[in-house]
Amino acid sequence: MLDFGLLREVLQSLNKNKLRTLLSGFTVAFAIMLFTILFGIANGFQNTFENEFAGDANNSIFIYSGRTSKPVDGYQTGRRIMFDNELYKTIKKEFNNNIEFITGRVYNNVTATFGVERNNYTVRAVDPDHQFIEKSEMKQGRFINSLDLANNTKNIVIGNLVANDLFGNIDPIGKYLDLNKIKFKVVGVFVERTEGTDSNEARIIYMPISTAQKIYGADDKIDQINLTYNPALSEQEALAFGNKIIDRMKEILFVAKDDQSAIRTRNRAREAQEINQFNGALAVLVLIIGMGTLIAGVVGISNIMIFIVKERTKEIGIRKALGATPNSIVLLIILESIFITAISGYIGLLIGGGILNAFNLEDYWITDPQVSSKLVIAATITLIISGTIAGYIPAKRAAGVKPIKALRDE
Amino acid sequence: MLNIKDLHKSYDMGESSLHVLKGINLKVEKGEMVAIMGSSGSGKSTLLNIIGILDELDEGQYFLDGIEIKDLTEKKSANYRNKFLGFVFQSFNLINFKNALENVALPLYYQGLNRKDRLDKALFHLEKVGLANWASHMPNELSGGQKQRVAIARALAAEPKLLLADEPTGALDSNTSKEIMKFLQQLNDEGKTILIVTHEHDISLMCKRIVKLKDGIITEDKKIKQHKIK
Repeated sequence: MLDFGLLREVLQSLNKNKLRTLLSGFTVAFAIMLFTILFGIANGFQNTFENEFAGDANNSIFIYSGRTSKPVDGYQTGRRIMFDNELYKTIKKEFNNNIEFITGRVYNNVTATFGVERNNYTVRAVDPDHQFIEKSEMKQGRFINSLDLANNTKNIVIGNLVANDLFGNIDPIGKYLDLNKIKFKVVGVFVERTEGTDSNEARIIYMPISTAQKIYGADDKIDQINLTYNPALSEQEALAFGNKIIDRMKEILFVAKDDQSAIRTRNRAREAQEINQFNGALAVLVLIIGMGTLIAGVVGISNIMIFIVKERTKEIGIRKALGATPNSIVLLIILESIFITAISGYIGLLIGGGILNAFNLEDYWITDPQVSSKLVIAATITLIISGTIAGYIPAKRAAGVKPIKALRDE
Repeated sequence: MLNIKDLHKSYDMGESSLHVLKGINLKVEKGEMVAIMGSSGSGKSTLLNIIGILDELDEGQYFLDGIEIKDLTEKKSANYRNKFLGFVFQSFNLINFKNALENVALPLYYQGLNRKDRLDKALFHLEKVGLANWASHMPNELSGGQKQRVAIARALAAEPKLLLADEPTGALDSNTSKEIMKFLQQLNDEGKTILIVTHEHDISLMCKRIVKLKDGIITEDKKIKQHKIK
């Protein structure tokens, strides 16, 4: 039934009635354009959020030490809490099941010198796992590894900006860098893709945590413990997991259970939860508005199609007198509707996409507001369905046209 | 060819009903050329619509080429119209966004012919009405007489058993009317059965038989000597 001839009929009818086609197409194109822009903006918001927090693995928990705010077991308030290797090992062992990566961090500020170049940098002494928690990407060489840790090697990994500052065009791998008068061998250069190659993260120097503890006299102290939890955990489970670790640490370090300042955490699960909730609400809102626009478009085209059918009553009567079956009339009208909807919908999609691309919206928290190909396919299917719905009532009306009446209709 | 027995038809007019045809008996043989005459309101158009399967009868029987036309589905009646009947209307009823050739080819499209066969056949019939040179012209570029000839070509394209003409000359001047009637006479001479509804006396004289309708009854049914147009 759906043969090439029918398509030709539809195309001819659309082509020979350009104004009519144009008018009915406009509604849909406009609706889809609005839909695209809305969707793009919502996507842009989501992208912004993702970028904002993309610097670290999104299942990370950062644990910082502070001063106690509550007395406990005879200890006074204001006691400085320090993490150490013992604590680190205990946590790593006890929570091994749900820890993906874990690292300690020791901070130091150093003056680095290479030849005549010198500058001040932050040294982050870490475990090998750190690379995966911070999502550092190796540009050259390697990251700190377990051998470095075991042997307290004086190997360091530098950020791409450190390499730029001090080495310029010289290949830094294998070169010795002077940090506060001690020579360290550069074994790798990393970049922070997600936070940007010019961010502060690109001016970090990494060294084995064991080396730093030795050299800078920190003994076995650790400033910060960072870990990522098993990604299979739900947000709820991740939050509970984080709390469990903190509770255990408070126990070990003699900190009151309700002391909020002695051990502080930043759990991405909480942030992710908040962002997801926000994005979810945004998606629902966009969906409602989008569906509203789409429905308006469908109603609009349905209206116009009804008008078209009225205008074409005579033609439909003639067709019926010449032997057109009601089905063929229904098909003719619906196919016209689908054609107008699909094509003008696509035009709307293109215009909407063009508008999104034409303006730089980064200042308004909208990053890369693009409409995915998946969405385009979904939109196409939606358009075809809408076209069918829009065409159905008019088509039924058309098929019900009595040929005698239509032919008498002057 | 056509056999109508005791046909009744009324229309609902809200509370009352209008009895339009009150027992029509009509038999038309193959090759006849019949004029159905009557003033407006006589029921002649209703009769033509029933014969053309554009309308349904209430009572009685209607056989077309031996097949009883009764309780047909829309699809079936569309099929019969397409196969058995060719229509010519007073107002031509060409589709104005299709050119002459495409108009003629339309019933063939509904017969399911492929495009090439359709256009070949349509051109043949357009040639028959002498308008092969006008094939690509749109209806609004044609004169009234030409339009009606395109309409006739279209009615003939499906090779119907019966040609139904509803006031075919009603919108034409007398010269053009003659030209159209002459053409219909030629078709009839070739064996085509033709039914013409008209209220013009001189047109009816160009047919071979006159059936007069008044208030839903046939008041007169006579064979006449056809007035041939030269």
